[in-house]
Amino acid sequence: MSLAYEPSKYTEPFNKVIALIGNPNTGKTTIFNALTGSRQHVGNWPGVTVEKKEGKLLSNNIPVVDLPGTYSLGAYSEDELVARNYILYDKPGVVIDVVDASNLKRNMYLAIQLLEMGSNLVLALNMMDEVQDNHMEINHEKLSKLLNIPVVPMTAAKKKGITELVSKACASFTNTKEPFTIDYGKEIEKEISALENVLKMHPSLSKKYPARWLAVKLLEEDSYLLEELESAHNAEKIKNALKTAQDNLKSVYSDDVETIIIEKRYGFIEGIMKNVVKKNKNIEETLSFSDKVDKIVLNRFLGIPIFLVAMWLTFQLTFPIGDIFIGYVETFFEWLGVLAVGTFGEGLLSSLIVDGILNGVGTVMAALPYILFLFFAISLLEDSGYMARAAYIMDRFMRSIGLQGKAFIPLLMGFGCSVPAVMATRTLEDKKDRMITMLVTPLMSCSARLPVYILFISVFFAEKRGLVLFSIYLLGIVLAIIMAKIFKKFLFPGEPTPFVMELPPYRIPTMKATLMHMWEKSSAFIRKAGTLITGAIILIWALSVFPAGVEYASQESLIGRFGSFIAPIFAPLGFGDWKAASSLVFGLLAKEVVVGTLGVLNGVGEEGLAAIIAQTWSPLAAYSYMVLVLTYVPCLAVLGAIKQETNSWKWVGFIVMYTLILGWITSFLVYQGGLLLGFN
Amino acid sequence: MSKKMPLGFLEAGKNATICKVLGGNGLRTKLGEMGFALGTSIQTVRNDGTGPVVISVMDSRVALGRGMAQKILVQEM
Repeated sequence: MSLAYEPSKYTEPFNKVIALIGNPNTGKTTIFNALTGSRQHVGNWPGVTVEKKEGKLLSNNIPVVDLPGTYSLGAYSEDELVARNYILYDKPGVVIDVVDASNLKRNMYLAIQLLEMGSNLVLALNMMDEVQDNHMEINHEKLSKLLNIPVVPMTAAKKKGITELVSKACASFTNTKEPFTIDYGKEIEKEISALENVLKMHPSLSKKYPARWLAVKLLEEDSYLLEELESAHNAEKIKNALKTAQDNLKSVYSDDVETIIIEKRYGFIEGIMKNVVKKNKNIEETLSFSDKVDKIVLNRFLGIPIFLVAMWLTFQLTFPIGDIFIGYVETFFEWLGVLAVGTFGEGLLSSLIVDGILNGVGTVMAALPYILFLFFAISLLEDSGYMARAAYIMDRFMRSIGLQGKAFIPLLMGFGCSVPAVMATRTLEDKKDRMITMLVTPLMSCSARLPVYILFISVFFAEKRGLVLFSIYLLGIVLAIIMAKIFKKFLFPGEPTPFVMELPPYRIPTMKATLMHMWEKSSAFIRKAGTLITGAIILIWALSVFPAGVEYASQESLIGRFGSFIAPIFAPLGFGDWKAASSLVFGLLAKEVVVGTLGVLNGVGEEGLAAIIAQTWSPLAAYSYMVLVLTYVPCLAVLGAIKQETNSWKWVGFIVMYTLILGWITSFLVYQGGLLLGFN
Repeated sequence: MSKKMPLGFLEAGKNATICKVLGGNGLRTKLGEMGFALGTSIQTVRNDGTGPVVISVMDSRVALGRGMAQKILVQEM
């Protein structure tokens, strides 16, 4: 499980790159968007940017790289490591550190670490409006003088200070200045310089890292660098020098060196704070609003009910709100179908377009209004700051299944799409936590599965739509819990890692930002419908019309033969029909395709398909089918993401096998159990 | 000045200074970076006696798992 480091693919020399870095929740992504004009999603919880993202300055095309939000460069979790490796190895010419000016002290820790690494730093003092609201004053000119770097006060959310930031950053490319150092005190300094001298003699390490920085980091027992030292050639001298230095310091200090170094850094920051920050009023008062809300939201007894009500409301509202728009989607595709027949007449081409593409894509797109609303709700949760609270509320529960509260966020994101959810597991520090979360995330029902549920629920469970949908999602959650417990017990035993997470102040999400975020995620769905799903549907159509001469999508066609071959496997689950079986196979491409395939195989669009299903399926079989669609093998995109994150085909194979077996067993229990209870 | 105790026992609304952080290397570094350095004054915002606590440290709110809170020794002020 490694996040192998790959230098980015820029052809420009790296010193002509601006890197954006900063603590989580500082408005880094907002600044990136303002600088580059791209529309990245802005969330109000730690860990929005888990990968570096690249863009170009609007004014002069200088590349800008947005790094994951991080409190430090200690490389404690994978996303911190992404940021640190980039700064260390790609050596961007200018680094903009975005700091939350209303929380300057804590934010300065990262800035100091960057300066110690020798970065060419520009400090973006963001959220200056909150500083004024808090009746604080920050002397940014003094801060700039003390640190000897450009400091730009700004309020990115209101587009204030962006131009100045751009000009200061661009001007900084030509800056050369004295390396920045912190005085760690006589004893430690003595050991640093001794270590530094030995490090400078080493051919490869001295080229890779600034010597003083490396010396400090080794004394801090940075695990990645110690590992590298362990595997470096001819590093005996360094190891010995490090051992001597540590022994010397142990005899002087009762505490360990690492703690003392961190404290010296904070001491330095404290000194700067005294010089530049003036508080006119107790800041605690301004945090009181968030605290008041938290009194209710985080309440021991109310917290979980509030969360469940929020989720339940989301699903209850999905249908009525989606229904308002669904008519337009249907009318649009009917109109396209009429247009196509009019243009191409009858024949193979018209069959491809009408029977294949329009039926298939149209059926899938019928779920778009519902998906839009689901993403809207998730965006609201993220942007308001509630997501971090959800992690807090769920910590106790997550602990009971062997995980920690933070693992809840990827799971919740899984309701939208499993791919970003799998990537969001990077914010988990512990590899065991991360693996378990990644393995169960696909059981959280993603929006791509929604079209399948919508189809069957509308046909068979019209009176209790919200409730039946909720039950499917709940089943996914229950299965995820059971599997997490099993994986924890047998594959990744051990204590769950401790939970630490910042609770950002609540921010009222703007309608514009929430809509933008919703659109961004939904447009990925539409693009997928336009490319991958259309491709899949053309393939299915082709398999339905060949070999030449067979009746369209009949049992004699290629797909019919294959479906008939595997159908008996699903007979005990209630749907031994070859069409149902074939659709599942194509659902591997993307789960929405299940509906499209059913549409193509039955030679009808969304409306007609509902009628056919009503005649040929039983409600119980339909429910069992939904359960299988929920659980069986995640789509190819998710498998790809898991391969990328774990760097191992073994885990991809594992997840395919376990979800297949789990899905079959669960559907079997649902169907046979249902029959025994007298349902049909 | 009263005696030292684990942060997990500090009631909501009480102020304290951090005396010692126990636990492994990575854990201590992480806590230090979040602002839990020796000598820092903190305030408990929420403590239900079970589940995570919410601590006010360096003008921000940090949720800490109970196990972690037990590893931070504080002195009540």
